[in-house]
Amino acid sequence: MFTFTGSWYLVLAAAIFAIGAVGLIVRRNPLVMFMCVELMLNAVNLTFVTFSRMLNDVGGQAVVFFVMVVAAAEVVVGLAIIVAIMRRREGANADDISLMRG
Amino acid sequence: MRVEVFTFLVAGAICLFGAFGVVLFRNPVHNALSLVATLFGVAVLFIAQEAYFLAAIQVIVYAGAIVVLFLFVIMLLGVDRAEALESDPFTGRRIAAIIGGVVLLGGSLAVLLAAGQRATGAESATAPLDPALDDVERLGRVLFTDYIFAFEITALLLTVAVIGAVVLTRRTVGDPIDLVDFPEGTALDVWEAEHALEDEFDDEPEGDIADESAVESADDSAGDVADDEVVS
Amino acid sequence: MDQVWLIPAFPVAGFLLLVLAGRRLGDPKAGWLATLAVAGSFAASVALFLSLRSQPAESRQITETLWTWIPADSFQVSFGFLFDELSAVMCLFITGVGALIHLYAIGYMRDDPEFPRFFTYLNLFIASMLLLVLGDNLILTFLGWEGVGACSYLLISFWFTDPANASAGKKAFVTNRIGDFGFMLGTFLVFVTFGTIDYLKIGEAAPGVAAATATAIALLFFLAATGKSAQLPLFVWLPDAMAGPTPVSALIHAATMVTSGVFLLTRLSPILEHAGWANDLIAWVGAITALLAAGAALAQNDIKKVLAYSTVSQLGFMFIAIGSQNYVGALFHMITHAFFKALLFLGAGAVIYSMAHEQDMRRYGNLRKYLPVTFVTMGIGWLAISGIPPFAGFWSKDEILAGSFNVQPAGQLLWFVGLATAILTAFYMTRLMIMTFFGGVEQWRSDAPESLPEVPDDVETTDAHAHDDLAHDGHGHDDHGHDHHLTPEHTPREAPVLMMAPLVVLSVFAAFSGVLNLPFADKLHVLEQWVEPVISGEHELPAAGVQWVLAIISIIGAATGVFFAYRVYQQRKVDAAKLERPVLANAWYIDATYADVVGGPGEAAFQGIADFDHDVVDAAVVGVGTGTGGLAKRLRPLQSGFVRSYAFGIGLGAVALVAFAVVRMSL
Repeated sequence: MFTFTGSWYLVLAAAIFAIGAVGLIVRRNPLVMFMCVELMLNAVNLTFVTFSRMLNDVGGQAVVFFVMVVAAAEVVVGLAIIVAIMRRREGANADDISLMRG
Repeated sequence: MRVEVFTFLVAGAICLFGAFGVVLFRNPVHNALSLVATLFGVAVLFIAQEAYFLAAIQVIVYAGAIVVLFLFVIMLLGVDRAEALESDPFTGRRIAAIIGGVVLLGGSLAVLLAAGQRATGAESATAPLDPALDDVERLGRVLFTDYIFAFEITALLLTVAVIGAVVLTRRTVGDPIDLVDFPEGTALDVWEAEHALEDEFDDEPEGDIADESAVESADDSAGDVADDEVVS
Repeated sequence: MDQVWLIPAFPVAGFLLLVLAGRRLGDPKAGWLATLAVAGSFAASVALFLSLRSQPAESRQITETLWTWIPADSFQVSFGFLFDELSAVMCLFITGVGALIHLYAIGYMRDDPEFPRFFTYLNLFIASMLLLVLGDNLILTFLGWEGVGACSYLLISFWFTDPANASAGKKAFVTNRIGDFGFMLGTFLVFVTFGTIDYLKIGEAAPGVAAATATAIALLFFLAATGKSAQLPLFVWLPDAMAGPTPVSALIHAATMVTSGVFLLTRLSPILEHAGWANDLIAWVGAITALLAAGAALAQNDIKKVLAYSTVSQLGFMFIAIGSQNYVGALFHMITHAFFKALLFLGAGAVIYSMAHEQDMRRYGNLRKYLPVTFVTMGIGWLAISGIPPFAGFWSKDEILAGSFNVQPAGQLLWFVGLATAILTAFYMTRLMIMTFFGGVEQWRSDAPESLPEVPDDVETTDAHAHDDLAHDGHGHDDHGHDHHLTPEHTPREAPVLMMAPLVVLSVFAAFSGVLNLPFADKLHVLEQWVEPVISGEHELPAAGVQWVLAIISIIGAATGVFFAYRVYQQRKVDAAKLERPVLANAWYIDATYADVVGGPGEAAFQGIADFDHDVVDAAVVGVGTGTGGLAKRLRPLQSGFVRSYAFGIGLGAVALVAFAVVRMSL
């Protein structure tokens, strides 16, 4: 366990992912929730790169490339939505947007 | 090897602190800065794993663009007021979330480590990390051959995202705004009020805007309004 | 020539043309069109019959498959025709007698406002009947079976503005439906046993069938036959069916539809051969029905009702023959009966027409003076049905009686019942002739019928609470809207030529059709030799000497019946009231009993079933909907609208998935 292998990176990535997940559920500010999502994405990126190196496959890096592109697009649109909804209210948080209920 | 261990330990610590910071800080700007720290740490880890191109992209796109976007929005929305963490209506859920996070962590570790030791995936025969080529070229080769379709689609995706952002955030004419904060209306209304009486083509002034007091107060408070006015 | 499809094609075309243009063609062109269609069908039947005859006896059949109707893997039903000896005979007399009756109806239904509709239905009926006899499998026969049932309903209730007529039609249809239930079950059982419903294949496979199965099949199809051919217990619709116009009674309820039960059982003779005691049951039901119906006939005052009960009785004879496995006898009697019963009905129609639509015989009398042609033709029919040689009825009835004599176990008793029925037949038919054409007194000249006993009318004994669907059998008058009342000054005149001509033709056949199957030598058994290849089953005829004795006894019996009727009704030596008891007039109260049972406890049972359907079955279906709604209402709070709750849910799911992966890995 103490020999340094790629697994350590995986452990780190898992930790970051878990932290991001908890943060997403716990925080109410929509921007912070978004940042937690970014955390999780980064953790995944790290995992992919690690595996790419461990398994000697450049496909993992390609995936990371695409994840970044998609994350960028997602952030743009997501923030646009947040701006569109939240700009009129001060101190708005995710719990206030609950119109789509059953 | 020792260099890599050291690099990992330092960068890993930065990542973890950043991650905790994102979750725990109250001020959204602090959260954003913690995110930058995490991203930077991840970039370093990329370099340690010889994915140089990706590290560069990480810094430029993530830390350079995405976090800046976050900060802009924080500025726009004026969310510098702290969010009261204590008054979460679902306290039970918070604890459950933390427990769940721990379980998730444990489970993920179990899976990842087992997988890592057993090397479940075969080493790639088709796209090996050819040491003769340099990193960018490797990635470029595989992107433009095996993943060319996905590549083109991401281009389309980005275009769509840009268009979507513009559409979502524009304010159409007649869009209601908070008249308590901005009693004169939008900046456009203010400008029209100022310039309506000067319009030489108008035979008669328009009813609503011909109110002198409104025009005067518009002139007086034009400066104030302009400062506070959200420019969109 | 082997285009069998031409035979039903003509009436189908006639039907379609009349549906589209009947109203425009009107009276009488619509009638002529219909008659030509049936005549065309007759011509085709003759042509095909001749081509069949030119073939050697072993291979006398023409099959023609038009298309595959139901291609369901192992259950293949084709729309095909089987023209063999049996169906050839049936087609000939159906289309022949049918054409004559169509011709008659042109005259009879003149001035009726619904003239075209009548002929539309008649053509449809002929088409369905032809489908019934030509079908090469049970399902196609059933199609025709149902078709004739439907047409019977339509034609009986032709003047449906009178609710009594509509009820009679409904009664016929519903009673037949009970029989159809037997038909369907029988078909299913045949399919399960033989794997096919094709007659030819059944014929091949039949020798291997188990006795119990054959008995069951025979009983089920016999139930169907009792419905269609008006035997006990389902005969109650036939007397009521007299509400329809007389040509309908002649065609459907004398010559064709009612014989379909006999035809069906003859077609299935390969199965019936192995059916054991079912054959005895058939024979005895036929015998009892014949006797009871003959008893009822002698107490009826409506001329058509007498003939209706007479039909039931004669059909009983045919079933005696079938039960004795004497299929040739049944077929022979079917043919002669078609001729003389159609003749009698058409003659009765002519009498009714001449007497301003009066059907009560108590107001007739001495009509031979006014209606000579009708009298002579009906007289020939009377002699035929009474079994007086050399007319046709004698030969066919005697064939049946002789065939029943040696049946095990109680053949002689069966023969005796048949004989008693024959005597009664002669009696009541003579009664009819005397009351109508003789009697010396023209009863309608005085307002009230005198010197005839007061027999309580059928209607009065009906229970007050009987539903109109059941025992209420109005007078079934041919209500044209003509002058309904018979005034004392009325002078009866012969019906027009269009009506007389068919009578004459039919009387020739009624007189001479005995030649089809004379018993004196094997060579003369024309019908038997013709039909033999398609019929299975053996019946044992008594020795020639015994046959002569039996024949002489039946002639004496018939003469006795005639003479006795003469004494009662012409000479008035015996009081008729003692004979015409109410129990006979009301057909042994069978119909009234049905009305009581079905109306009383029967209806309660039906209501109970309907309630069960509504409260349990429907409630279950509705309950599913309500339950789903209730469940949905309970699940709704899950959609709280809070994004974080959703995120929490997703997180929980992720944890569960990881845990699952871990567990799977460690196993």
